[in-house]
Amino acid sequence: MDDIIVTNIEMIPGMRVTSHLGMVQGNTVRTKHAGRDIMAGLKNLVGGELVGYTELLTESRQEATDRMIEQAKAIGANAVLNVRYSTSSVTAGASELFVYGTAVVVEHDHGGVHSAAPEAL
Amino acid sequence: MFDLILLLALLILGYTVGSHLEKRHFRSIVKREGELRDIHTFSTRHLPPGAEGAATLVAGNVVISIDYFKKISAGLRGMIGGRVSAYESLVERARREALLRMKQQARERGAESVFNVKLETSSITKGSGDQVVSVEVLAYGTALIPQRG
Repeated sequence: MDDIIVTNIEMIPGMRVTSHLGMVQGNTVRTKHAGRDIMAGLKNLVGGELVGYTELLTESRQEATDRMIEQAKAIGANAVLNVRYSTSSVTAGASELFVYGTAVVVEHDHGGVHSAAPEAL
Repeated sequence: MFDLILLLALLILGYTVGSHLEKRHFRSIVKREGELRDIHTFSTRHLPPGAEGAATLVAGNVVISIDYFKKISAGLRGMIGGRVSAYESLVERARREALLRMKQQARERGAESVFNVKLETSSITKGSGDQVVSVEVLAYGTALIPQRG
Protein backbone atom coordinates (compact mmCIF):
# COMPACT_ATOMS: atom_id res chain seq x y z
CA MET A 1 0.00 0.00 0.00
CA ASP A 2 1.59 3.19 -1.17
CA ASP A 3 -1.35 5.51 -0.97
CA ILE A 4 -0.41 6.94 2.39
CA ILE A 5 -0.37 10.72 1.98
CA VAL A 6 2.72 12.56 3.18
CA THR A 7 2.78 16.37 3.27
CA ASN A 8 4.52 19.10 5.21
CA ILE A 9 1.41 21.26 5.54
CA GLU A 10 -1.23 20.90 8.20
CA MET A 11 -4.07 19.81 6.01
CA ILE A 12 -4.90 17.96 2.86
CA PRO A 13 -7.17 19.72 0.40
CA GLY A 14 -10.55 18.06 0.10
CA MET A 15 -9.99 15.84 3.11
CA ARG A 16 -10.68 16.10 6.75
CA VAL A 17 -8.85 14.69 9.71
CA THR A 18 -10.95 12.29 11.75
CA SER A 19 -8.38 11.31 14.35
CA HIS A 20 -4.89 12.17 15.46
CA LEU A 21 -2.60 9.25 16.22
CA GLY A 22 0.41 11.16 17.48
CA MET A 23 3.91 11.64 16.22
CA VAL A 24 5.71 9.15 14.01
CA GLN A 25 9.37 9.28 13.16
CA GLY A 26 12.09 7.57 11.21
CA ASN A 27 15.83 7.98 11.28
CA THR A 28 18.99 6.58 9.86
CA VAL A 29 22.66 7.21 10.53
CA ARG A 30 24.88 6.79 7.52
CA THR A 31 28.53 7.14 6.84
CA LYS A 32 30.20 7.44 3.51
CA HIS A 33 32.58 4.72 2.39
CA ALA A 34 36.23 5.17 1.62
CA GLY A 35 35.82 5.08 -2.16
CA ARG A 36 33.38 7.95 -2.09
CA ASP A 37 35.64 9.79 0.31
CA ILE A 38 38.62 9.59 -2.01
CA MET A 39 36.55 10.78 -4.96
CA ALA A 40 35.19 13.62 -2.84
CA GLY A 41 38.73 14.52 -1.82
CA LEU A 42 39.75 14.79 -5.46
CA LYS A 43 36.64 16.71 -6.39
CA ASN A 44 37.39 19.08 -3.56
CA LEU A 45 40.36 20.45 -5.52
CA VAL A 46 38.20 21.92 -8.24
CA GLY A 47 34.90 22.28 -6.41
CA GLY A 48 31.46 21.39 -7.65
CA GLU A 49 28.79 18.85 -6.85
CA LEU A 50 29.78 15.75 -4.91
CA VAL A 51 27.37 13.41 -6.67
CA GLY A 52 28.25 10.45 -4.43
CA TYR A 53 27.29 12.36 -1.31
CA THR A 54 24.13 13.74 -2.89
CA GLU A 55 22.98 10.22 -3.77
CA LEU A 56 23.96 8.87 -0.37
CA LEU A 57 21.90 11.50 1.42
CA THR A 58 18.94 11.06 -0.93
CA GLU A 59 18.92 7.31 -0.29
CA SER A 60 19.29 7.74 3.44
CA ARG A 61 16.52 10.26 3.62
CA GLN A 62 14.27 7.96 1.62
CA GLU A 63 15.02 5.16 4.06
CA ALA A 64 14.19 7.37 7.05
CA THR A 65 10.95 8.41 5.34
CA ASP A 66 10.08 4.77 4.63
CA ARG A 67 10.58 3.92 8.28
CA MET A 68 8.32 6.76 9.30
CA ILE A 69 5.65 5.62 6.85
CA GLU A 70 5.93 2.05 8.12
CA GLN A 71 5.38 3.28 11.66
CA ALA A 72 2.40 5.34 10.57
CA LYS A 73 0.84 2.34 8.83
CA ALA A 74 1.46 0.15 11.87
CA ILE A 75 -0.71 2.41 14.00
CA GLY A 76 -3.42 2.59 11.36
CA ALA A 77 -2.83 6.01 9.85
CA ASN A 78 -3.50 6.82 6.23
CA ALA A 79 -1.67 10.16 6.15
CA VAL A 80 1.29 11.89 7.77
CA LEU A 81 1.03 15.66 8.08
CA ASN A 82 3.45 18.42 8.99
CA VAL A 83 6.52 16.40 8.08
CA ARG A 84 9.90 17.90 8.98
CA TYR A 85 13.38 16.82 7.99
CA SER A 86 16.41 17.33 10.14
CA THR A 87 20.05 16.54 9.53
CA SER A 88 22.76 16.37 12.15
CA SER A 89 26.32 15.21 12.07
CA VAL A 90 26.96 12.66 14.76
CA THR A 91 30.70 12.35 14.30
CA ALA A 92 33.09 13.28 11.54
CA GLY A 93 31.79 11.77 8.35
CA ALA A 94 28.56 10.31 9.72
CA SER A 95 25.23 12.05 9.41
CA GLU A 96 21.91 11.34 11.00
CA LEU A 97 18.87 11.93 8.85
CA PHE A 98 15.75 12.31 10.91
CA VAL A 99 12.21 12.78 9.74
CA TYR A 100 9.09 13.19 11.82
CA GLY A 101 5.46 14.07 11.38
CA THR A 102 1.97 13.66 12.74
CA ALA A 103 0.11 10.48 11.86
CA VAL A 104 -3.57 11.01 11.21
CA VAL A 105 -6.58 9.32 9.74
CA VAL A 106 -8.21 11.35 7.01
CA GLU A 107 -11.35 10.87 5.01
CA HIS A 108 -12.75 12.51 1.90
CA ASP A 109 -14.71 15.61 2.51
CA HIS A 110 -16.36 17.36 -0.36
CA GLY A 111 -16.99 20.55 1.56
CA GLY A 112 -13.65 22.13 0.58
CA VAL A 113 -10.43 22.78 2.43
CA HIS A 114 -10.28 21.99 6.12
CA SER A 115 -7.54 22.58 8.57
CA ALA A 116 -6.09 19.54 10.25
CA ALA A 117 -6.08 21.41 13.53
CA PRO A 118 -8.83 20.40 15.92
CA GLU A 119 -11.80 22.74 16.29
CA ALA A 120 -10.60 23.96 19.67
CA LEU A 121 -7.51 25.58 18.21
CA MET B 1 60.44 23.68 -2.54
CA PHE B 2 58.41 20.82 -4.00
CA ASP B 3 55.66 21.51 -1.51
CA LEU B 4 55.48 25.12 -2.59
CA ILE B 5 55.22 24.17 -6.26
CA LEU B 6 52.51 21.65 -5.44
CA LEU B 7 50.60 24.24 -3.44
CA LEU B 8 50.83 26.75 -6.27
CA ALA B 9 49.77 24.16 -8.82
CA LEU B 10 46.76 23.20 -6.72
CA LEU B 11 45.84 26.85 -6.24
CA ILE B 12 46.02 27.53 -9.97
CA LEU B 13 44.11 24.35 -10.78
CA GLY B 14 41.47 25.17 -8.19
CA TYR B 15 41.12 28.73 -9.41
CA THR B 16 40.91 28.09 -13.14
CA VAL B 17 38.90 24.88 -13.20
CA GLY B 18 36.85 25.84 -10.14
CA SER B 19 35.73 29.20 -11.45
CA HIS B 20 35.02 27.74 -14.87
CA LEU B 21 32.84 25.01 -13.35
CA GLU B 22 31.11 27.52 -11.12
CA LYS B 23 30.27 29.82 -14.04
CA ARG B 24 28.97 26.87 -16.02
CA HIS B 25 26.85 25.77 -13.08
CA PHE B 26 25.39 29.26 -12.66
CA ARG B 27 24.55 29.42 -16.37
CA SER B 28 22.80 26.07 -16.08
CA ILE B 29 20.93 27.24 -12.97
CA VAL B 30 19.70 30.40 -14.68
CA LYS B 31 18.59 28.43 -17.73
CA ARG B 32 16.67 25.83 -15.72
CA GLU B 33 15.16 28.51 -13.48
CA GLY B 34 13.67 30.00 -16.64
CA GLU B 35 12.28 26.65 -17.70
CA LEU B 36 10.71 25.94 -14.32
CA ARG B 37 9.35 29.42 -13.72
CA ASP B 38 5.77 28.25 -14.12
CA ILE B 39 6.04 26.04 -11.02
CA HIS B 40 5.09 28.44 -8.27
CA THR B 41 6.66 28.04 -4.88
CA PHE B 42 5.29 29.48 -1.66
CA SER B 43 6.72 29.55 1.81
CA THR B 44 3.28 29.86 3.39
CA ARG B 45 1.92 27.04 5.47
CA HIS B 46 -1.68 27.56 4.46
CA LEU B 47 -3.15 26.90 1.08
CA PRO B 48 -5.23 29.65 -0.50
CA PRO B 49 -8.97 29.07 -0.07
CA GLY B 50 -10.37 26.88 -2.78
CA ALA B 51 -7.09 25.15 -3.55
CA GLU B 52 -7.73 21.63 -4.72
CA GLY B 53 -5.69 18.66 -5.76
CA ALA B 54 -3.66 15.80 -4.43
CA ALA B 55 -0.96 16.79 -1.94
CA THR B 56 2.39 15.07 -1.98
CA LEU B 57 5.81 15.74 -0.57
CA VAL B 58 8.55 16.72 -3.03
CA ALA B 59 12.20 17.26 -2.21
CA GLY B 60 15.50 18.06 -3.83
CA ASN B 61 18.98 17.99 -2.39
CA VAL B 62 22.53 18.66 -3.46
CA VAL B 63 25.99 18.49 -1.91
CA ILE B 64 28.50 21.01 -3.24
CA SER B 65 32.11 21.40 -2.28
CA ILE B 66 34.38 24.39 -2.75
CA ASP B 67 37.60 24.37 -4.71
CA TYR B 68 41.09 24.51 -3.28
CA PHE B 69 41.67 28.15 -4.13
CA LYS B 70 38.52 29.26 -2.35
CA LYS B 71 39.36 27.12 0.64
CA ILE B 72 42.69 28.89 1.03
CA SER B 73 41.28 32.34 0.33
CA ALA B 74 38.47 31.78 2.84
CA GLY B 75 41.09 30.68 5.36
CA LEU B 76 43.01 33.91 4.83
CA ARG B 77 39.80 35.94 5.04
CA GLY B 78 39.15 34.25 8.35
CA MET B 79 42.13 36.05 9.81
CA ILE B 80 40.92 39.55 9.02
CA GLY B 81 37.18 38.96 9.13
CA GLY B 82 34.48 40.30 6.84
CA ARG B 83 32.48 38.88 3.98
CA VAL B 84 33.61 35.51 2.73
CA SER B 85 32.38 35.74 -0.84
CA ALA B 86 33.93 32.35 -1.64
CA TYR B 87 31.44 30.67 0.70
CA GLU B 88 28.57 32.94 -0.28
CA SER B 89 28.58 31.69 -3.84
CA LEU B 90 28.89 28.10 -2.57
CA VAL B 91 25.70 28.20 -0.53
CA GLU B 92 23.88 30.22 -3.16
CA ARG B 93 24.64 27.59 -5.79
CA ALA B 94 23.58 24.81 -3.48
CA ARG B 95 20.33 26.48 -2.51
CA ARG B 96 19.27 27.37 -6.02
CA GLU B 97 20.18 23.90 -7.26
CA ALA B 98 18.22 22.19 -4.48
CA LEU B 99 15.16 24.34 -5.22
CA LEU B 100 15.44 23.51 -8.91
CA ARG B 101 15.55 19.79 -8.19
CA MET B 102 12.51 20.11 -5.96
CA LYS B 103 10.65 21.98 -8.72
CA GLN B 104 11.76 19.40 -11.26
CA GLN B 105 10.29 16.64 -9.10
CA ALA B 106 7.09 18.66 -8.75
CA ARG B 107 6.87 18.99 -12.53
CA GLU B 108 7.46 15.27 -13.04
CA ARG B 109 4.48 14.58 -10.82
CA GLY B 110 2.33 17.06 -12.70
CA ALA B 111 2.13 19.70 -9.97
CA GLU B 112 1.87 23.41 -10.62
CA SER B 113 2.63 24.77 -7.19
CA VAL B 114 4.63 23.86 -4.10
CA PHE B 115 3.60 25.09 -0.65
CA ASN B 116 5.41 25.44 2.65
CA VAL B 117 8.85 25.24 1.08
CA LYS B 118 11.55 24.64 3.66
CA LEU B 119 15.25 24.90 3.08
CA GLU B 120 17.68 23.10 5.29
CA THR B 121 21.41 23.61 5.14
CA SER B 122 23.87 21.32 6.81
CA SER B 123 27.58 20.92 6.72
CA ILE B 124 28.02 17.19 6.28
CA THR B 125 31.76 17.16 6.78
CA LYS B 126 31.81 19.20 9.94
CA GLY B 127 34.48 18.02 12.31
CA SER B 128 36.44 15.97 9.79
CA GLY B 129 39.42 18.27 9.96
CA ASP B 130 40.38 20.11 6.82
CA GLN B 131 39.60 17.34 4.35
CA VAL B 132 36.52 18.22 2.41
CA VAL B 133 34.60 21.46 2.80
CA SER B 134 31.11 20.91 1.52
CA VAL B 135 27.57 21.92 2.21
CA GLU B 136 24.30 20.09 1.72
CA VAL B 137 21.05 21.87 1.03
CA LEU B 138 17.72 20.12 1.14
CA ALA B 139 14.60 21.83 -0.20
CA TYR B 140 11.22 20.26 0.40
CA GLY B 141 7.61 21.21 0.27
CA THR B 142 4.10 20.03 -0.47
CA ALA B 143 3.25 19.88 -4.15
CA LEU B 144 -0.35 20.27 -5.16
CA ILE B 145 -1.29 18.17 -8.18
CA PRO B 146 -4.45 19.38 -9.90
CA GLN B 147 -6.93 16.58 -10.49
CA ARG B 148 -8.59 17.04 -13.84
CA GLY B 149 -11.67 15.37 -15.19
